[in-house]
Amino acid sequence: MTVAQVPIPFQSLTSGLAGWLEVPPTDVQNAFWTIAVGALCAICCGLVGCFLVLRRMSLLGDALSHSVLAGIAGVYLVTGNVEPIPMLMGALLAGVATAMLTQFVHKAAALPEDSSIGIVFTSLFAFGVVVVSQAQHVHLDLKCVLFGDLSFAGVNLYPTLGRLWPESFRTLVPALIVTLLFLTLFWKELRLSSFDPTLAMTLGFSTMLMHYLLTTVVAVVTVAAMEVVGLLVVALLIVPPAIARLLTDRLSTMLWLSCAAGVSCTTTGYLLALRWNSSAAGLTAVIAGAELLVAILVSPKDGLLKRMAGTIRLRIRICAEDVLAGLFRRQEHSISPETAAVASSADCYQLAGNGLLAGAALRWLKSRQLLRVEGPTMTLTDKGLLYGRSLVRSHRLWESYLMENFNLPEDHLHVPAEEMEHFIGPELQQQITEELAAPAEDPHGRSIPDINNT
Amino acid sequence: MFGNQTILVLAGTLLLGVAAGMVGTFAILRRRALAGDVIAHAALPGLCLAFLAFHSRSILVLLGGALLSGLLGAVTVALMKRLTRLREDAIQGIVLSTFYGAGVALTRSIQNHYRNESGADLETFIIGRAATMLQADVLQIGVVVLITAGIVLLLYKELKLLSFDEQFCRVQGWPATSLDVLLMLLTAITVVVGLPAVGVVLTAALLIIPPAAARFWTDRLSVTMLIACAVGGFSGIAGTLISARFSGLPTGPLIVLTSTVLFIVSWLLAPHRGVLWRSHSMDDMEQYLPWRELPDGVPPSVKAEEG
Repeated sequence: MTVAQVPIPFQSLTSGLAGWLEVPPTDVQNAFWTIAVGALCAICCGLVGCFLVLRRMSLLGDALSHSVLAGIAGVYLVTGNVEPIPMLMGALLAGVATAMLTQFVHKAAALPEDSSIGIVFTSLFAFGVVVVSQAQHVHLDLKCVLFGDLSFAGVNLYPTLGRLWPESFRTLVPALIVTLLFLTLFWKELRLSSFDPTLAMTLGFSTMLMHYLLTTVVAVVTVAAMEVVGLLVVALLIVPPAIARLLTDRLSTMLWLSCAAGVSCTTTGYLLALRWNSSAAGLTAVIAGAELLVAILVSPKDGLLKRMAGTIRLRIRICAEDVLAGLFRRQEHSISPETAAVASSADCYQLAGNGLLAGAALRWLKSRQLLRVEGPTMTLTDKGLLYGRSLVRSHRLWESYLMENFNLPEDHLHVPAEEMEHFIGPELQQQITEELAAPAEDPHGRSIPDINNT
Repeated sequence: MFGNQTILVLAGTLLLGVAAGMVGTFAILRRRALAGDVIAHAALPGLCLAFLAFHSRSILVLLGGALLSGLLGAVTVALMKRLTRLREDAIQGIVLSTFYGAGVALTRSIQNHYRNESGADLETFIIGRAATMLQADVLQIGVVVLITAGIVLLLYKELKLLSFDEQFCRVQGWPATSLDVLLMLLTAITVVVGLPAVGVVLTAALLIIPPAAARFWTDRLSVTMLIACAVGGFSGIAGTLISARFSGLPTGPLIVLTSTVLFIVSWLLAPHRGVLWRSHSMDDMEQYLPWRELPDGVPPSVKAEEG
């Protein structure tokens, strides 16, 4: 047994962990290396995937993963065996050919780009399936291409450089090196041509060259990763970068986040696959989808939760302002305008619309000291009075403005003004006042309260 | 001359090609070529869940589940387009890969769980197996063809308007959104009945390639649709015959390859738009190749003007 004598890196670590967990050391070792292979895969895909997503080339990643099969099949047809190096070359060639054919069909045949992608990759994949289904070779398995075998990636260890490494490292490590080299050498050009292709063109960078260079690197990564995750490489290429895109606007942060999201997907996917006796690649894609869902919810810039919170805050403010304006009007109508109007809390709830948010609106008012609670009744504070006066002023100014400029009938003025009063700030009040030459009364004949000299 | 099974499969693939040609023509015109691909991939988990829920391999149960989850995929794409800032291509890729991943995980679990029951072989749906088509399958496809043809004939004018000028269609007061949903529904049904024969990965080809080939021959919608149906039907028959002649060749991929050949032939030979008709010179071709931009960054068209 010569293989057993070759040292395995991190063996003491994994066997130590196995001892602590009280499980067989080989299990921990397999899991360790599988997670490492998955992580490497995720990092390669996550890095190039960012540029696919930014440059709207996501579907090209999908197409590449399908057409790689045609390259493998073509090499098998020509050479009749499955040596790894020619297979990789053929797959790479097929990947680049897909990108070129897609552009060619798109432009020369004047078809929309998605149609041309659809035509090219399905044809190439069909060709690959026909050849592979006829091949009587043990190492040419359609199921491997379709589903990958991440679950066994840590089991096959082969000696390289005096140590035992997982077999997939032989393709994944070079793919990672190519990716990193590409990113460092063409960082500036890539960034420019991804965000502003027109400027890149006028500055003399060839966007076409970048397109094909990127495609080649994606093909390298796809070919290397497909051994492990199969067709689902597209999930690792697109979903983690999309998660990162939702969470940040900076390219460098996006790359890090994308790698982190990808690694967490492959790791969780593998562990769940062990638990449920299922496909690791499939569960990786599912986890990625779940992470994306979370990102859609919590995205700091336009996440759904943030948008919902913003809407609720706005509606609370509007309800609260309705209370202020209502109390101010009540004070106006009362016999002595000098004393603040007193309202029962039931009245206030009614002014706030009696809805789900009415209680929150009243708390909003109390916490800002706009409303004072005295036993069962509520009154406006001085601050609240000023606020309500400003709202009613906005309301009546807007009614005058509508009357003046749009000539609406008198009974059509209140409803739009009721909405607009919440969005008219001091500047807009000033502007309308100047434009209407400081009106004293609104179209209904009520005086427009002044907020400057009270 | 042929066995009963071959005739059955021939009828099935012919009808499938015709249905896909009709629906695909609208898909191409609406720039939704890959929507069929998304639906097909998204159908896989529904198929598995239907199997798990009802524990039956009855094709109607499985395809019902497939249709539901395919439509769920299409709805997810529409929702994400509205709610996030991701672009449509990324969204399609995300939905496609996530649903397909769930499908792969479920098929694997089912495979591992029901290892001894040969009936649970759901993985055939990924590549498809036309040769084992049953009479019920052919009947279903026939019903789908009838429904699709009926709807297309009844709503021809409205669908045509929607495909060419959606804004005008809305302004004229037609229910554009409902028509759109109807087209999506027809696409989903066609894709789902095609799954047993052609499989998840290649169904999109049936929707895209025949109409794309037909576009070379004409500018009229009705003629495009007729040619697309003819190309689709012919591909179905030819693919089936080839796979029957050389036993062991899978039918689905051969159907796709036949339609690809027809696409290339149309591209070369079609009047007005065909390559030969326009007598392309090699210079014209070269502009589509990556080295078209010369090293000093001057595009060849500028060079030509200077020269």
